[in-house]
Order: sequence, then structure tokens, then C-alpha cells
Amino acid sequence: MNNKRYLSAVMAVGMTAVASSAMAATKVTIGTVNNGDMVRMQGLSDEFERLHPDIDLNWVVLEENVLRQRLTTDIATDGGQFDVMTIGMYEAPIWGEKGWLTPMEDLPSDYDLSDIFPSVLGGLSSDGTLYALPFYAESSMTFYRKDLFEANGLSMPQQPSWDQMKTFAETLHKPEDEQYGICLRGKAGWGENMALITTMANAFGARWFDENWKPEFTGEEWNNAVSFYVDLLGNYGPPGASSNGFNENLALFNSGKCAMWVDATVAGSFLTDESQSRVAEHIGFALAPEQVTSKGSGWLWSWALAVPVSSDAKEAAKTFITWATSRAYSQLVEETYGIANVPPGTRTSTYDNAEYLEAAPFATRTLEAIGNADPNDSTLNPSPYVGVQFAAIPEFQSIATQVGKLISGALAGSMSVDHALKAAQSITLREMTRARYYSN
Amino acid sequence: MKTTALNAGPASSAAEPKQDSRQGSIRKTSRINRFMVSPSVLVLALWMVIPLSMTIYFSVIRYNLLYPGDNEFVGLENFQFFVTDFGFMAGMSNTLLLVGSVLLITVVLGVLISLLVNQAFWGRGIVRILLISPFFIMPTVNALIWKNLLLHPVSGVFAAIWKFFGATPIDWFSEFPLFSIIMIVSWQWLPFAILLLMTALQSLDQEQQEAARLDGAGPWALFFHLTLPHLARPIAVVVMIETIFLLSIFAEIFTTTGGGPGYETTNLAYLIYSQALLQFDVGLASAGGLIAVVLANIAAFFLVRLIGKSLTEKQ
Amino acid sequence: MLSLKQRRSLNTLLMGVLAWGVALAIFFPIFWMLLTSFKTEIDAFATPPQLFFSPTLENYTLVNERSDYLHFAWNSVVVSFGSTIIGMMLAVPAAYSMAFFETKRTKGTLLWMLSTKMLPPVGVLVPIYLIFKDTGLLDTKTGLVIIYTLINLPIMIWMAYTYFKEIPKEVLEAARMDGSTLFQEIWRVLLPMSKGGLAATVLLSLILSWNEAFWSLNLTASEAAPLTALIASYSSPEGLFWAKLSAVSTLACAPILIFGWISQKQLVRGLSFGAVK
Repeated sequence: MNNKRYLSAVMAVGMTAVASSAMAATKVTIGTVNNGDMVRMQGLSDEFERLHPDIDLNWVVLEENVLRQRLTTDIATDGGQFDVMTIGMYEAPIWGEKGWLTPMEDLPSDYDLSDIFPSVLGGLSSDGTLYALPFYAESSMTFYRKDLFEANGLSMPQQPSWDQMKTFAETLHKPEDEQYGICLRGKAGWGENMALITTMANAFGARWFDENWKPEFTGEEWNNAVSFYVDLLGNYGPPGASSNGFNENLALFNSGKCAMWVDATVAGSFLTDESQSRVAEHIGFALAPEQVTSKGSGWLWSWALAVPVSSDAKEAAKTFITWATSRAYSQLVEETYGIANVPPGTRTSTYDNAEYLEAAPFATRTLEAIGNADPNDSTLNPSPYVGVQFAAIPEFQSIATQVGKLISGALAGSMSVDHALKAAQSITLREMTRARYYSN
Repeated sequence: MKTTALNAGPASSAAEPKQDSRQGSIRKTSRINRFMVSPSVLVLALWMVIPLSMTIYFSVIRYNLLYPGDNEFVGLENFQFFVTDFGFMAGMSNTLLLVGSVLLITVVLGVLISLLVNQAFWGRGIVRILLISPFFIMPTVNALIWKNLLLHPVSGVFAAIWKFFGATPIDWFSEFPLFSIIMIVSWQWLPFAILLLMTALQSLDQEQQEAARLDGAGPWALFFHLTLPHLARPIAVVVMIETIFLLSIFAEIFTTTGGGPGYETTNLAYLIYSQALLQFDVGLASAGGLIAVVLANIAAFFLVRLIGKSLTEKQ
Repeated sequence: MLSLKQRRSLNTLLMGVLAWGVALAIFFPIFWMLLTSFKTEIDAFATPPQLFFSPTLENYTLVNERSDYLHFAWNSVVVSFGSTIIGMMLAVPAAYSMAFFETKRTKGTLLWMLSTKMLPPVGVLVPIYLIFKDTGLLDTKTGLVIIYTLINLPIMIWMAYTYFKEIPKEVLEAARMDGSTLFQEIWRVLLPMSKGGLAATVLLSLILSWNEAFWSLNLTASEAAPLTALIASYSSPEGLFWAKLSAVSTLACAPILIFGWISQKQLVRGLSFGAVK
């Protein structure tokens, strides 16, 4: 009796089901850090979804250390929770070598891989294969207050030496006026204070490991570097320096309390931003200081997007990351947020653009600094590891965090530099032995 | 008989006449007894057994997430490595210091403040709400507020107050790192103690108090002989629960000092993180976790010795 | 010379003032966070810290634009209330039989239950992650509810047990003599008498689940992430964020804070720690 109606209802439902499953979106889960450029990328994801209506982007935003731990746990246990991972130059070679990341091959022709800086690409590859697409890259450089230098008759060279920095700091240190000669990272962490201290050590001629993977903390070079650091920052730096990281120093500089600062090139965009910096017009830029050598004096870091092999949406994920690191994306950022906010440090085309160079006064120095940084040749004496401010081995994170705590302790005055370095040496030897680096 | 053994509690007075039916109902209630406790016990047993046995297994093999497949049996090597770590001694003593100090502060201040709030005064309801608020804030948020907005030596509120009185601001996390952490954690847990003690005081027998006062007992005597014993059980509960949580404090340390300077604010939980998790050494993390369990059990053993009676006896 | 009555009221006044002072001091950090959420980033870091400034809502609008607050809040609600309800269903019967039918094993069982909480979560992260991965519970609200129930159950049993112990057995026996079944005994006599204590237990469990920040970050991705994950996403390694963080923290803590404020009146009114006349 109602069979015909019943049948047509079933068919209608069936057809809708088929139609909607054909339209079902692929879900892409992206894990990323909360840096300004990533936030902007998140803001522009609507645009991507408009271009690719069959892809649905889901964001997981975490703090760097938490993100790294989360992503590593997931990728190592084959969890498959993430389709796009934001990783750095530290993880990319390690994970790529283990076969956990999808190789970045067969990229669209208009992607123009040759436009990207070779050192950046090199830092994200293992054995010649590229495993992640760089989102932005940075090096380190010296920021200084042009007005204070003028007022005191000082002149900053293109690349100062650390000795020169000390003389400047002495003159400009006026704590009673809340003006501190130099601000540097002091907060313990392999990516916090150790990034800066490693480049300092490089400049003083030190290296983390010799060719046999033995650490050299008790050597003369490390001693010179760390003693200099503790002396400089302790006497001419702000109070509480041993817990200041990038953010704290940025806030100090922006409120006019630092005369000089050596840190990431991306700081340039914050320092010259009038909406958050009280001293936006007085910023001068120089290369990161050298001492006995300029090798490894400026670091190299890139945040890149990779697709884990455990992902169930590899194609869609790859489409997304090619879009997010393309020239078209830079243009989109330019249109939406202004040219100074284009992701820096990855493409030559960005720096060929005269408008960009004008809008971002730190751009030329950034370009220079990135060009000088070479992860494969970052120390005066030859070293067995890849990386300027880190060593791309899995043990490095834990070792460097502990060493960072020791040096931070030396800065805070709770132990002598000698003691800190001796402890650093024993700790590193111990960890490396456990990880079976020494065949005996 | 089996059933009476299971039902050993304070003897009820009206027992004799209905002997038979009472034995019947005892048997029934003892079965119900077991039936009611079993789901919780079963669930917790599963929860304990499965991850625990995995942890024990991992602790005796070599297992690093970044070197999969390299899983040979290594006996006690992980434990040895963990215990000979430079930060181990500091980790243990910091754990105990942290737990002990926070317990002391929260219980003492908790008792004092709940006594203070026990009498009626204008706006008591609002005061009570203000007092229990910190417990609702997330530990990470808590730590960030204290670190950046309050204790920062340049722009924090404490620094401003110090400067107002002409003194140099203290760099809390460099000069008194462990104390700063203790301060932050105590602030978070004090409301818990206040809540429990405050509500306990509500039920203090007023008539007894009046009678004692009329008999000439001074405020101190009243406090020691009437109030404090009454508070014994809630204090015991506060101590037990806080201890369990304080032994594995992690978020506050992670957000503020990262265990430093040196090892001054590293406790066992943080040590496991920085030693093991940071390099994805699951074997080491498991060994560290088991050591932490042993230490926690020892601490609990002594704790129960101290306050166990108040917990399970009737007042 | 003051009369006894006058001295008493002066005493009360002084105590009142002292109590207010202490309460304001304890509440101050929260007040400061609230204040900072209405400042611009520059003001937030200004020295000396500003008490008066031109307020702005930009932080709140930004949080709203950037993240789907309701999604996270809903996850928090489901996970907290879910685990608390299931936990109470398991805890109340257990606490009942432990409190009123105490055996030689009771104390041991209670202590053993507490000992399940002694393994620091950091030490057991990988085993749990593997279990969740193999059972498909990663990034699900169900998974979080399960784990929160498990970690809060010992506390709930303990607290319920403590409150039940305050109630004299005679009252329950009287009800039983009157012929009520076990269920009626619990529902009609026990629960109303221990209302305040159970409310405290429920509140504690809710707070612990709401604020739990280890498992909620490590076992979820985008689907089941609760408010703790939202807060974690505002912790920026590069860039100023105090004001934004204050705003998002206020938004994340507000629901549970308001809930707690409302319910604490019931708590305090109804709690009896042993005075049954």
C-alpha cells in the first residue's frame, strides 16, 4: 500500500547519502606554535578553505615545548593525530632520517623551490631529501638604540666584537634611570638561553663536541665565552636577567629599558611596530657579534610545515602546506596584513621587493645574517654535528636544557662559572655514554 | 562464622531479639557490601594494573621513542642512571620540602583564617567567596600571573610596592626560587583548606563552648581542648589530599623556573620530565616514575602513622 | 570602660576588618588578572603597574575572533560533569559500605586507592598514550571522561567516606527497622543528611577536572580539547601576550568560578561535620 512511497523515501535518503559522502570534507589537523606569523596563517585559513572546499582545517595551537613533546610522542607512536606538523630545523633532519616524514617531492611547478634560500632548505633536509617546507626563517642579530648611541658619541660597526659590545654596555648602563646596557637571554632552555650562548661560544672559537663526540666544556674557549657572558649580563644587564627569555627582553626593549639586545631577527618586526614599541623610530641593526671568529655567530632557525607518514590525509595536508609556504601566500599576507608582516627569511623574492625592504628596516640585515649562517660549518674547529645553535642529535634537547640551567644558575650567582662548566661536562659525558656514542 | 567476621563494626544495641532475621540481613548486607565496593575497586584495579605493568616493563628495557626497535632488556640500568643523576638528591629533598612547607602553611593559615571567618560580621558571605577563589584558577594561569604580573622584578606589583618603600625589588625567582614556588602553590591550595575547615567549624557544638566558657575556660583552653580536636578529622583529610597532589606538582615549575636555577626548584616529577621525557627516553621515565611511587608510599606510610587515627575513627 | 557587650562588638568589628583585609589580599592576584585583561599590551607591562588606565575590550574580541571559545567550553563542561557524575555513581556506594560496614580491610583498601595516584603523570605518559591510541580513544571526550573519572575516584571515595562517617549508624538503622530498602535508605535518609559534604566532593571533582592540564593537552588534538588547551594556545614564545592571556584566562576560569560561588552557599549551609543532636 505505501510501498511505493516507502521505496522512494529510501531512494531519496540513499541518494542524499551518496551525494553528501562525495562532498564530505577531508579533515586536516594542524599542530602549530603561537607565533605571530602562525596566528596570521590561522586567520587566513578561511581563504584556503574557500579555494579548497573539500578540505576542512582544524587547528591545535600550543606553546613550543609542549608542542614539540606532543608532536614527538604522536609521531613516534604512530598516533596519527596530526596531519600537518610545525617543526623546526632540529626535528626535521632527525625525523626525516627515520622515515617518519613524507618527503617533499613533486611540488607544483609554480612553487619555485629555487627561490628559497639554500641554507634554509639544507637545514630541513636529510641526505639530500627535503622533508619539510619552510614557513619562515630567522637568524640572530644585534639591535641597538640609535638615539642613545648618538647621545653618547658611540658608533656601532657592521659587525661588532663582543669586546666592543662590552665597552658600549659599560657606557650605556644607567640602572638608576632604568636604562640597562645590554639585554640578553638568561632563561634556561635549549632554545632559550642556550641558543644565544652557543652562538657566543661559537664566536669565541668553541664547539659543543669534538670529532669523537666528546664535549669540550672544560676547555678554554667555553670558559672564556661563559665567563664573558656572566660578567657582561650580570654587571650591565637588567635585574632578573636569569629568568628573562625572548618575550621578557622584548618587553624591556619596547619600553625603552635596553640599550642593546642580541636576539632573533624576527624581533625586528616587533621593535619597529609603533603600536607596541615606545622606541620604534630609534632602532639600529647590526650583525650578531663575533670575537675570534664570525663563524656561527648568528644562528639559523626555521619553522617549517611537514606531513607525518602516519597521517591519513597526506594529499590534503600537502596541498595545504604548499599553499601556506608559497609566494601567493606571501602576497595574500601583504594584502591583508601589510607588507612588513610577510613571513621572513625564506624566499629571495621577498628580499628583491624594494617595497618590502622599505617597510621592514631590519630586512637587509636579516638577509645578510641568514646568508652567513651555515649549519654545516658553524664552528672554528671542525665539528661532527649539523646546526649552528644546536646539534641535531636526539640527545641534545635534554643535555642542552640541563647545561642551560647550570649557566643560568651561574648567572644568578648560585654557582661559579667553573663549577657550572665542570658539571656541564660530566652531565654531557654521562648522557652521551648512555646513548652509546662512545664505542668502548 | 564468615558473615559476622565481615561485619565487624561497633556492636549495635538492639540486636538480640531478632537474631535469625538479623543474621539473614547481615548475610544480605555483606553481599551488598561487597557488591557496592567492587565496581570502584575493579575499576581502580584495572587502572592501576595495566599502566603500572606497562611502566614496570618499560623500566627494565631500553626504550627511546626516537630509536624504535632498539628494545633490549637492560635490567636495572635505567634505575641506576636515574638515581645517579646530579639532580636526584636535590629532586628528592625539594619534593619533601615543597610538600612539607605547603602543608604547614595551608593548614596553619587555614585554621587561623577559618576561625577568623567563623563569627558573623558584615559581608561575611562575600569574604568567604573571595577566600576560596584561588582554588578555581588553573595552575598554569596561576603560575603565569604570579611570575609575570606580580613577582617580576621590573614591572611586577611586588616590585612596585618595594620601590614605593624605597627598597630594591627582589628578583624572586633567582634569589628565592623554591620559596617563590611554595608561595604560589600555597596560594592555590589555601582556599581548599579554608573551605574544609570553615565548614567543619560550622558544626562545632556551641552549647559545649558556652558551658566551658561559663566554667571559666579561657580562649586558648577552648581552642586546644574543644576546637582543635573537632578539627582533627578535616585537617587529616586536607593533609592526605594535599599530599597526594603536592607530591607530583609539575605545571607551576614548568611555567616559571623550569627547575632552575641549577636544581633548586627541581622536584621528582620535574626531574622525570627533564631527564626522560625531554629526550623521549621512556625507559628512564618509567624507572623514575616507579622510584617516585616508592618514595610517595614511604611518605604516605609515615603520614598515616601520624594522622591515621583521626581519619578512620568516629569522633 | 567598655562593658562586656561593647568589648564583644569591638572585637567583632576588629575581626571583621582583619577578615576583609586577608580576603582582599588573597583575592588580589585574581583581581589583577581581571584588570590586566582590559589593558592594552603596552599598559600591561608598564612600570609602575597601572591601576588606572583606559580600558579596552580588544583582548576579548581578539580571543573571540581567533578561537572558538564555545567549542572548548563545551568540551570542558562535558568532560568535567561527565567524569564527576560517573565518579559519584561509583564512589557513593563504595563509601557507604566502607563507612557503615567497616572491615579489617577497609583502611587498607582506602589507602591502596589513594596510592593509585602516586605515579606522576609524566612517568606514565607513553603507556597511557599507547593504550589510548590502540583503543581509539585519542582526542575523544569519552577518553578524557574515563581518565578523569579514574584519577578523581580515589578522592571522591575518600571525601564521601569521611562525610558518611559523621553520620551515626543509628539513624540509618532506624530507617531500616522502619522497613525501608537499601536504596530507600541511601536515597531518602543518607543523602539528604550528607548533602553538604557530597556537594563539597562534587565541587572538588569538578574543579580538578576543569583545571587538569596534563592529560587534557596530551591526549587531545582539535576535537576534544577543553579550555586548558585554549589557554595553552595563548602562551606565545615570541611576542607580548599578558593582556590577551589574562582575557582568555578570565574566560576560561569564569564558568567554574561562578559555579563555585553560587554553590558554595549551599555547601556552607548544609555541611555538618558531626553534630547530629
